[in-house]
Formats: sequence, C-alpha cells, structure tokens
Amino acid sequence: MSFQAPEIDYAGLSPVIALTAGLCVVLMAGLFEGARQRFVVSALSIVTLATTAGLLIWQWGETEDLVAGALRLDDLGIAISLIAVTAAAFVVPLTLREPAAEERHGDLQALLLCSTLGMVLLAQAQNLIALFVSLELLSVPLYVLCGSSLRRPRSLESGLKYLIVGSVGSATLLYGLAFIYGGSGSTDFTGIRDGIEGGLSDDPLVLIGIGLAATGLAFKASLAPFHQWTPDVYQGAPTPVTAFMSVATKAAAFCVFVRLFEVALGPSVDQWQPALAALAAVSIAVGNIGALGQDSLKRLLGYSGIAQGGYILVGIVVASQTGTEAMVFYLAAYALMNLPAFAVITIRERETPFGDDIRAVQGLGGERPVLAWPLTISMLALAGFPGTAGFIGKLFLIEASVEGDYTWLGVAIVIGTMISLAYYLRVLAAVWMRPAAEAAPGEEVPAIAGGAPEADAHVAPLGTHCLLILVPTVVAAAAVVVFGIYPDPLVDWASNAGEALSPVP
Amino acid sequence: MIQILLWLPVVVGLLCVVAPARSVRAVPVLGALAALVLAIVLVIDFDPDSAALQHPVDESWIPDLGVRYQLGVDGISIFLILLTALLWAAATLYSAFRPPERPRTYFFMLGLAETGVLGAFLAQDLLLFVLFFDLMLVPFFFLIGAWGGENRIGATLKMMVYTLVGSLLMLAAAIATAIIAEPEVGELSFSLADLSANPISQGSQDWIFWFFAAAFLVKMPAFLVHGWMPDAYRAAPIAVVAVLAGVLSKVGAYGFLRVVLPLYPDATLQFQEFMLVIAVASIVYGGVMAFTQTNVRLVAGFSSLAQLGFITLGIFALRPDGADGAVLQMVNHGLVVAPTFVIIGLLAERAGTEDLREMGGMAMRAPILAALFLIVTLATLAMPGSANFIGEFYILIGAFQSQIVYALIASVGVAFAAYYAIRLYQRTMHNRLPPGVESREISLRDAFVLVPLVACIVALALYPGLILERGEASVEQALGTEVVAIR
Repeated sequence: MSFQAPEIDYAGLSPVIALTAGLCVVLMAGLFEGARQRFVVSALSIVTLATTAGLLIWQWGETEDLVAGALRLDDLGIAISLIAVTAAAFVVPLTLREPAAEERHGDLQALLLCSTLGMVLLAQAQNLIALFVSLELLSVPLYVLCGSSLRRPRSLESGLKYLIVGSVGSATLLYGLAFIYGGSGSTDFTGIRDGIEGGLSDDPLVLIGIGLAATGLAFKASLAPFHQWTPDVYQGAPTPVTAFMSVATKAAAFCVFVRLFEVALGPSVDQWQPALAALAAVSIAVGNIGALGQDSLKRLLGYSGIAQGGYILVGIVVASQTGTEAMVFYLAAYALMNLPAFAVITIRERETPFGDDIRAVQGLGGERPVLAWPLTISMLALAGFPGTAGFIGKLFLIEASVEGDYTWLGVAIVIGTMISLAYYLRVLAAVWMRPAAEAAPGEEVPAIAGGAPEADAHVAPLGTHCLLILVPTVVAAAAVVVFGIYPDPLVDWASNAGEALSPVP
Repeated sequence: MIQILLWLPVVVGLLCVVAPARSVRAVPVLGALAALVLAIVLVIDFDPDSAALQHPVDESWIPDLGVRYQLGVDGISIFLILLTALLWAAATLYSAFRPPERPRTYFFMLGLAETGVLGAFLAQDLLLFVLFFDLMLVPFFFLIGAWGGENRIGATLKMMVYTLVGSLLMLAAAIATAIIAEPEVGELSFSLADLSANPISQGSQDWIFWFFAAAFLVKMPAFLVHGWMPDAYRAAPIAVVAVLAGVLSKVGAYGFLRVVLPLYPDATLQFQEFMLVIAVASIVYGGVMAFTQTNVRLVAGFSSLAQLGFITLGIFALRPDGADGAVLQMVNHGLVVAPTFVIIGLLAERAGTEDLREMGGMAMRAPILAALFLIVTLATLAMPGSANFIGEFYILIGAFQSQIVYALIASVGVAFAAYYAIRLYQRTMHNRLPPGVESREISLRDAFVLVPLVACIVALALYPGLILERGEASVEQALGTEVVAIR
C-alpha cells in the first residue's frame, strides 16, 4: 500500500497559511527587546489578522473540500472565521496596556493568534479528527491566556479551572466522537451521514456518541448545565482574553456544532432535536437567572453569554436553513455588541480602583460619554431593544423557531429576554443615573495592580493607547445601531453562510 | 411628508447633541414646532370621506424576514399624530424654560421618544408597529431614570419591566401571526392589510389575543396591571409625565383598534366580556383612587386610568358609536391631562410640595392661572359643552347598545370624575393660603405652554365633529368583522 499525499488547493488554504506564518513571525518578534517592541508586535498581529481576513473575503463564495475532505471551505466557515478574526483584531489593542503582557507581549499575541487559527480551522472542519485537533488548538492557548495575569491570584485559578473543565469537555467530546466513528465506521462527516442514513439512526452506539459529543460541545460553548466554569473563568481571566473568549470561542463552537449535527448527524434529527431544545431552554433559564444578582460586570456578561448561547442554540435546534442563517446573524451581532462592553470594562478597570465591579461604570454618563454610549448601546442590543442588531437577531431566531414548529422555544427566548432586562438595565442605571462611586479607604490603588509598586507604573494615563481602543469600540457600537436600522447587508451575508450548509432532509 | 414628520424629531435630537451651547435649547423647540406644523398640514390635507390609508409609504426593509417599511395615516391615527406633535411641542417648550442638567442628552431622548410614538401611530406593518412600540420605551427609561425625582431608578426599572413584559410577548405573538397566516397570504408578510384580509384560525387567535392585550393593557395602564404607574408618574419630570399620560397611554388603546380588532376578530368577540369587565373595573377603581389620593400627580394619574377605562369600554363595545367616541376621547384626554400635569408642575413650584393637603388658596393672586385650570377641570369632568362630554356620551351610547350592565356601572364613573376633578381644583386654588405656599400669577413663558393647549380644548369643545367625522369611516373598517358578526 503506497501513501498518496492529498492534493492541496493552496488558494483555499491561504487564510490558514497566512495566519500560521504570521503567528510564527509574531512569536519571533516577541523575542527581541526594545522600547517599541509592544507596538511592533501588535502591529504585526494586526497585519496578520488583516491579511487573513483579506484572504478569507477573497475566498468568499468558493465551495470545495480541502486536504482530502478534512476541511471544507464554504461561506459558513468563512463567515465564522471572519467573526473570530475580527474579534482577535479587536482584542489586540486591548492587550497593549494589559499588565499581564508587559514583559511577554510576543507570547501573549502569538497565543491569541494560535487560538484564532484553531477557530478558523474548526469553522471549516469536516472530519472528526480535524474537528478535535482544531478544537484543542483553540483551547490550549486559551488555558494559558486565562492564567497569564500572574499578579492576580484569580487569573491563575481561572486558568487552572478552565484547563481542568476544558479537558473534561474535550475528553467527553472525544469519547463521543469515538462512538460515532465506531457506529458509523467513518470519520468523515459525509461518510457518517451515509452510514446513519443506511439504517443507523437508532443505533445505540451512535446515539451514545451523539449524547457525549453534544455534552462536550456544550462545555466548550458554555451551555447550561455544563456552564459552571464560565463565570469564574470569565472573571478571573484578563479582560481582553475574556472578551475574545466570549465572542470568538462561541462562534467557532457553534459553527462546528451546526456542522456536526446537521451535516453528519442530520438523519437522526428526530433523536437529537428534543435534547438540544432542552439544552437551549435550560441555558436561557440558568444564564438569565444567574446574571441577576451579579455585581461583577465580567460575571454578569458571563452569565448573559450563557443565556445568549441558549438563544443561538435555538437556530441549531430547528435544523433549517433559516435557523442556520439566524445563528450566523446572531453570532455576528453578538460579537459586535459584546466587544464594546468588554472594551469599556477594560478601560475602566485601568482607570478606577473598582476592577470589574459595577461601581466602576457608575456616573459614566456624565463623565465620559464616549465610553457611556458604546456601553449603553451594547446593553440595549444584548437586551434586544429595537433599533439595534440585537433586535433583528432575536426576530430572526424567533421566526426560525416558530417556522420550525418550536414556538415554545421562541416564547422561551422572549421570557428570557424579559428576565435579562433586570440586569442589563441595572448596568444602564449605574451608568446614567447614579453618581460616580467613591473609593472606600484602602481601595485607592487600582485593583489590577495588585499593590506591587512596579506594577503601578504601568497603570499610566491611557493617552494614545486609549484611542486605539476607543475607535474600534465606537465603530462596533455604531455598527450595532446601523445594522439595527439597515440590517440588509448583514442578513444577506448570513443568508449566504446559511445556504452553504447542505440542508437537512 | 409623513416620513419627514416621523424622522424629524430624532434628527433634531441628534442636532442638539452637536449644537453649540447657546442654541442647545432653541434647536429642540424649533424642531418640535416644525413637527407640529407638519402635523397640522397633514390634518388639513386629510380626506375626511375615505377609509383608505392616506400618504402610504411602502418600502422593502428586511425582505428575508418579510418585514416591510409601511406607513400611512387614516381617520384613527390622524388626530393622535396631531396630538403627539402638539403635546411634544408643549413638553419641549416647558423643558426648555427649565433647562435640565445635561440638556443635550435630555433633548435627544425627548426627540427619540417622539419618533417612537409617531412611528407606532404611523406603522402599517405589524412588526414595524411592535418595533416602534418597544423603541419608545428606551428614551422614557432614561428620561425618568436620569432626570426624575425621588426614587427615580426604582420607578423607571419597574416601568420598564412591566411594559416590556407585555411588549416582548407581543413580539412573539406578531411573529407567530405572520407565520401562521403565511400559507393563506402566500408569502411571509407582516403587513396589516394582508393579515387582516386573511385572519388566522380561532384557536391561534385566542392565545395571540392575550399576548397583545397584555402589552396594550399594561401600556394604558388598565386596572390590575397598573402597578408601575404611581411610581413612574411620581418620579418623572413634569414634561415627561405630561406626554407619558397624554400620549403614551393612547398607544395602548390605539393598538386595540389598529391591531387586535382587525386581526383577531374571533378572539375579540370571544373575550369582549372580559375586556369590558377590565374597562369598568378601571373606571371604578381609578375614580375611587383619584379621590382618595393626596399626591396631586396621583390624582391626575388615577383619573387618567379611569379615562382609559372609558376608552377601552368604547372600543370593546364593538359598536361604531362607541369606537368613534373612543377615538375622540383619546384626543380629548390627551389634551386635558397634559395641561393638568403642567399646571400641577406650576402649583408644586409655588407650594414647594406635591401634597394636596398642604396646598390651597393659590387662586388669590393668580386669576389667569385659576381660569385656565378651571377650564381644564371642567373638561376633565366632562361638563356638557366640552368635547369630553361628547366623547363619553358616544362611548356610553355604544356601551348601552352592546352591554347595558357595563354602561350603567360606567355611568357612575362620570360622577366620580366630577368629584375628584373639583376636589383637585378646590383644594389647590381655593381656601386660605397655607404658610409656605405662594400665590403667584402664571409667567409669560409658562403661558406660552399652557394657553395653546387650553385653546385647543376650547376649540374642540366648539367643533368635536372635526374628529368624529374623520374617524367614522376608519373605525367602521376596523370594526368590520365584529359588527357583521354581531348583526
């Protein structure tokens, strides 16, 4: 038996290649020391991400199997990759002043790029092995990133917790994939599909596999009841990393979720549909109720992310093209509305002694309207108010759910939204209606510095750095409003991505 | 033209944000007056004999989701639009004379709110209506929360939770309606015309009816779901509470006429009795509460709860007379309650308190203010000769034709109105002047706000047919199916 190297279409693979090459360059550049090192490294990261995004857009509309069917290049994968790349590009300037990154800026950005690479691959994975490898490529750098803020005890805890829980999730997923392979005899998504269509839809091996795979992916996408790690990790990780995780990981995880379930496991739709519907409903309930009493903004957004994940899952549950379109639209909108909120939290963390406590944003409306407005828009959008992309996204999802005969899930989204008002509006009340908080004695030092004198020096006035954060923040918030009023371009984009997925019978 | 009218307020609001400091008060006032002029032109231009939509706009908005950007006016909405523009002009003027903190944001929010309300009155696409209905809440959340009085944050949160619970259910119900009707209509469409031409099955109508009714009843507010009203009315700035009671409450009643009656005729007939009970309960409860309250704002607040009970009664009598009276009464009530709140604001400034027991004697040196207040009071209690009398009369005729029991109980409400309105007037204007209360004549600036409003009340009293004639055709169309069913 002779080995035949698979034919490789380099044009289709070019985004992945560019990202990998850029990642190596950034890692190397990080080794040099110099006054401007931070900026050089960040600029290189941005260039890498911009190139990748450019190549992805160039490939838009192409549909083909890459590397002997391990990856599939289609509009869905490209759309999700674009979300991940954009989120990474948004986060790079956020890390500029991150105390965790002062000495090891190159490492941090290289890890970020590495995780992005994992996401790009995951969004295109069409084979159980490619799926698992890219999922680990995504996760491992994130474990490190979460623990990278050495001066904060919580950060280490967060990294460790994420590592352990994430590994459990990966192991469960792997176990499930093994069962699916065992049952269907193929690692290829289309092969699995053929196998199941050939009379395996009630096969116990495959069913166990589906259950375990769903559990593993639910860990990654932080869906209840597999969400326990989310608030702790979100709170402990450096805020830029949290921002990245909350948006990009979710997008990639949902992309592979929809690919695995609707392409490979499509024929057993009757078996997994009720289970996923229950998962969505539980996530909506747990996320929204959990967020209610939170004073830490990062925890609050963590729980809100669980609830939003539940909404997004509805797009998968209905197993229709509209559902996939709605999912892609919501993921894009979610990125646009979540990132500005995290950017504002990052800035306030560095300016005030309150860390990510809700007191940090009190009185922002009067003092810093430039920060208050993006935060306001993102909260209103997350709560699904009209005039924002969040409203159109919810509309899309509810329409998909009613169309797919899951009206009760549509009502669940609505009820979840009602509960969510209580905490989103609480943030807005703090921003606009309360006076700026006074620091209690002993709190004057920004909490992020951890009291170490050499660390305090880094919490300098933000100056030009702030502009690098502010401009993307304002642009993203403006986009939320623009797409809320004129959603057509984003809807078309999401429709293309949704059509790319071969429909479920 | 209706497009300009719709978007002008929010554009002016944005202008305020960038306007130079000197003109930050002049810009919104000019903008609100311009919107008022446009609304008046719209009324003059209106063809009174036609039940069809006038000035229709129909553009594709989100084709994939079947949502269209459809606007238009008819006999039901035309005067509510005029009322909106008028009260907003008054509220803007009143606020401009008492500049709030952070005026740029304040006037932006006020403009956004006007666009939201006008949008709800103009929308001819169900989803667009829901969108504007929700949108108008956002600015009110900020207006009350950031510029309100005591306990403003609690009050505004409570209001948001109450009203949004209703309107989010409405969103789900609207989507369900369009999707259920899709096979009949032939495509996914939220257009009110399409949906009312192809009513959905009775079983679906039943639950969807409640989702809509919840939203509209909370918004009015009606008895049982009025919990947010006392807090919000107490905490809101005067200009805001004037438009809140004057216009926002009408959006709920308007929603019944525009959406529920035409789209869900079977469910409307089925639950008519229940809605009448709620209406009558609101009338009685509002009346009783209004004459036991000691806070002046709450007297006016509960009186408007009772008035909205009358309007609901008129609509759910399901008789053309009743509904036509309800349309007239919506405008009347807006015209009456807004100046009431403005006067309450003036009185509170003079007395230093909003407690009715500590007021009195303010007519002593303020004959003009007293006269204006007297006109408003007489209109509130529906004195024969006032347009409110005609409105209530029509509503009661409709109710008598339909369900005589409810009409009889509702008539008691008219007597309550006389009692609480006169009590409010006497306690504040007559008696001896208590210490700390100042009797001061209305200033010229405030007269600018108040006199035009009172002039409108008088004008409408002289010629209520203006509204009744124009409303008739559209109202009959809205009631179409129900009327046929009853006959």
